Amino acid sequence: MKTEFPPRLRLPVSKRDHIRGKIDAPVTLVEYGDYECPYCGMANPVVDQIREEMGDTLRFVFRNFPLTEVHPHAEHAAEVAEAAGAHHRFWEMHDILYRHQRALEDPKLAEYAALVRVPPLAIERALTEHTYLERVREDFLSGVRSGVNGTPTFFVNGVRHDGSVDRENLLAAIAAAVRSTRDS
Amino acid sequence: MLEKKESQSPAPLLSGVRAPDFELHRTSDQSIALSDLHGKAVILAFYPADFSPVCGDQMALYNEILPEFKRLGAQLLGISVDGVWCHAAFTKDRNLHFPLLADFEPKGAVARKYGVYRQDDGTTERALFVIDPSGMIAWSYVSPVGINPGAEGILAALEGLASKQEGRK
Repeated sequence: MKTEFPPRLRLPVSKRDHIRGKIDAPVTLVEYGDYECPYCGMANPVVDQIREEMGDTLRFVFRNFPLTEVHPHAEHAAEVAEAAGAHHRFWEMHDILYRHQRALEDPKLAEYAALVRVPPLAIERALTEHTYLERVREDFLSGVRSGVNGTPTFFVNGVRHDGSVDRENLLAAIAAAVRSTRDS
Repeated sequence: MLEKKESQSPAPLLSGVRAPDFELHRTSDQSIALSDLHGKAVILAFYPADFSPVCGDQMALYNEILPEFKRLGAQLLGISVDGVWCHAAFTKDRNLHFPLLADFEPKGAVARKYGVYRQDDGTTERALFVIDPSGMIAWSYVSPVGINPGAEGILAALEGLASKQEGRK
């Protein structure tokens, strides 16, 4: 049983994913993240900056990887983001959650939903019926199978990024991916 | 497998070898023996120390994957040379829902049996063993101490066992 190194993304990016940026961009940056994880919070503005610099060359995908026993609000936050996604407000909710990482209790989640104009009832139902829990779990397991061992973990064109998560390192990994697509 | 002298560098047990039995404390008044779990797949996760950053992540990750391990019929056991009170504090701090065993006295005796004791550090390797229901090692892996090995190897090994079981039916 040989494991590939660095590991590769096992669940390809598809219609199930939340995609930010040009849909057929040559570079895909996938993040597995947890809304209550402070390192993910720090990574979010870095991702924003990279998206801006790369423009149409890059599309960004976010998948849930909540460590629920360490971060008690992470799972509900992920479910609410997915509920917002069903109302085409995923990224608005995503950004608000990362800006308010220390205030993710259920009533707060409902407030944020109102801010991004997602019906309160949709949020309430998502949290009582756990409508999106299966989806969140599917994200999580796809991460485990792809070598996500903690958060945030990034993949550049399907290859795990093992360097540090800062602008320079991520841009270098992206530049290398662009070169290899051009060469092949 | 030949007996290794303590001073020699450890050679981790490999697949196809019978997993050495042991009995260790999980709390001050409770012990677990490997033989108690006969008939069940077992994941032994040796890690260097409670509360050290990478172990924390690794154990936190396995904690989240417990439902999958259970679905595949396996019991997870964490093992380090820390004592039971340290394990209790670590378990409480991280909300762990699986047993941590104390390979504490004589120190590292079980790790030595599995060839994963680090003589120079006085701790164990970051080593994984998947043991099949009949008590044979089905898969083992030693990770660099500072690197979280994740769970993909364990899940693949457990799925391999599950399909073997299917094949026998």
